[in-house]
Amino acid sequence: MTNNFVFEPDLAAKKIHIVRDFNAPIEKVWKAFTDPNLLDKWVGPKPYTAVTKIMDFTVGGIWLYAMVSPEGQKRWVYAKFTAIENGSAFSSTGMFCDGDGNPVTAAPKSYRDTKFSSIDGNRTKVDMVITFEEESTIKMFVDGGFKEGTAMGLNQLDELLASE
Amino acid sequence: MDMRRDIYQAIADPTRRAILTLLTIGAMTPNAIAGHFGSSRQAVSKHIHILAECGAVDQAQRGREIYYQLNLDKMKEIDHWMEAFRKLWETRFNQLDNLLIDL
Repeated sequence: MTNNFVFEPDLAAKKIHIVRDFNAPIEKVWKAFTDPNLLDKWVGPKPYTAVTKIMDFTVGGIWLYAMVSPEGQKRWVYAKFTAIENGSAFSSTGMFCDGDGNPVTAAPKSYRDTKFSSIDGNRTKVDMVITFEEESTIKMFVDGGFKEGTAMGLNQLDELLASE
Repeated sequence: MDMRRDIYQAIADPTRRAILTLLTIGAMTPNAIAGHFGSSRQAVSKHIHILAECGAVDQAQRGREIYYQLNLDKMKEIDHWMEAFRKLWETRFNQLDNLLIDL
């Protein structure tokens, strides 16, 4: 079954549009995006793991989690929830953090709108738009506060070795 | 070269994006580039200067004229980071697929 993954950067508009279908009902997908115990199980791209420190899923509340490298090095990721339509959509503002997980309010921000909809076969479509304040900071956000470029490189190497 | 400049600053401005788009057709002189814009020659010249500092364009002397051309390798840096970001989401979502099976 195809998952219809879409990843469309529009750098002129400072936006990235991401779409993905999941083979699960909307309630479960919503839970996986909003329950910290579940988030920690999928948000860290292997070999990184995600460890939530604070999750207050309310308007004005925050999600603070650490991306932990295989060496145990932590990089904090901070998001503040700005709008919630229970079960169908939420918006958040991403901010850079210092080494203790405190947001740096003067630094550029990113904005994310995530929408959930039921599709045929008791499946779910997730539609996400990430907007950046400044294009010149996209790379910093892409870095995500940790060297995922390296992580991806390692994943690819693993795949390559596995296929040998 | 100013080390603080990177390729993301090259595309952070609409005029610079337009110049880069223009140069996809081929190398051009600063005068020819300026001829495509309503803004002053000095303003366009400043943008070209920033593009050169970012490494987005290279200059080449042809006779008495200086031509600017796209530095494609440098422009690929953006693709490279976008690809890393795409891979991040792809990896996450594949991990989520596995989690949803057990949920």
